[in-house]
Amino acid sequence: MMTLNTLKKRLFFTLFIAVFSFGFASSEKETEGDKEFNPKEMILHHVKDAYGMHIIDINGHPISIPLPVILWTDEGLTTFMSSEFHHDYNGEVIVEKNGQRFVNFHEKVYVLNEGESEVKFDEDHHLINAERPIDISITRNVFMMWVSITVLLLLFISAARRYKKSEEYVPSGIASFVEPLIVFVRDEIARPMIGESKYKRYMPFLLTIFFFIWINNIFGLIPILNGANLSGNIAFTFTLAVLTFIITTVSGNKNYWKHIFWMPGVPVPMKIFLMPIEIIGMFVKPISLMIRLFANITAGHVIILALMSLIFVFKTVAIAPVSVAFSLFITVIEIIVTAIQAYIFTILSALYFGMATEEEHH
Amino acid sequence: MTITGIAAIGAGLAAIGAGLGIGRIGGSAMEAMARQPEMHGKIQSSALILAAFVEAVALFGVVVAFLQG
Repeated sequence: MMTLNTLKKRLFFTLFIAVFSFGFASSEKETEGDKEFNPKEMILHHVKDAYGMHIIDINGHPISIPLPVILWTDEGLTTFMSSEFHHDYNGEVIVEKNGQRFVNFHEKVYVLNEGESEVKFDEDHHLINAERPIDISITRNVFMMWVSITVLLLLFISAARRYKKSEEYVPSGIASFVEPLIVFVRDEIARPMIGESKYKRYMPFLLTIFFFIWINNIFGLIPILNGANLSGNIAFTFTLAVLTFIITTVSGNKNYWKHIFWMPGVPVPMKIFLMPIEIIGMFVKPISLMIRLFANITAGHVIILALMSLIFVFKTVAIAPVSVAFSLFITVIEIIVTAIQAYIFTILSALYFGMATEEEHH
Repeated sequence: MTITGIAAIGAGLAAIGAGLGIGRIGGSAMEAMARQPEMHGKIQSSALILAAFVEAVALFGVVVAFLQG
């Protein structure tokens, strides 16, 4: 009986997702209007950062949360809400502030040159009479990052409070959810990779990146947030990889540097040959961390959207069941990938820390 | 053939490479787990790490294809 109930629940959930993602996809078409549907443009627009959180289209009328656009121009600080662009990203709507004209061209704000009243393009469809100001806007990604930081803080502060109350606390509520995960990071990632004596120093960083990446991966999969693709943003993964690189380099001991510059146990010509390779390796490690997370998450989004685009490319509803079924399948895989990518990033960071702090053993 | 077409072929070749690599890792991990079920956890986590390394190389190819396409 129990299993039947859970089965029913699961079926209902699956149907819900299927119907929901279908509605999500159909909303994408209406924004295109009568134009030929261009899957590439739709997908790239979805994957990139944006001013304003676009939620859904109802009867061709887009509904979105406006976010502030903050620019530093020649005239000083300029701010306005992204809703003033009226969902235009082709440089058609011009916003006038402080005597300057701003346009949104492919989700990048440009300031028009003095005396220009509309955008001009060259043959390659690049703007020729506008420049980029210094842009510190609260974009969709920044907004989602703050949301995920808030969620993480609420989750962990409330869990930590419970442990503070008494020493021999039996976890319940939120604490019983986070404790196994924290123990997993400690016993499966930090201890075997870094070693019993030194792992404690790195635990705060490892826990932070694990949960931060995981929660942002999950937020990226929620359709109603229009998949704010934060962990599929190269700047975001770059920052995390740089942090890993700095910690590895700073905590590198004598043994680590010796392995890079003068590899022990090999003949001298080989030592000289290995030195540049090891120096390149030092930088390739964080770069591969960066690319791996970025490409995995972006590829996941692209696949789901591409499967949905099939319906509009073939212009028939007959392809819809196949398309929805496949994208549901990929979505389920992506839910696993969210956790695996967070795990991989954390375990590889831990591995690099372990390599940097390893003692010489003879 | 356009540069986009060549980029698409490049992405496909990268996928073949990653498929071969991860297939070998997965197959060997399965065999090892069947031989020594008590080492299941350790084999699984190292297989995942190795798969991530193989995948990274393929993803470099995919990113280049993205930039070109």
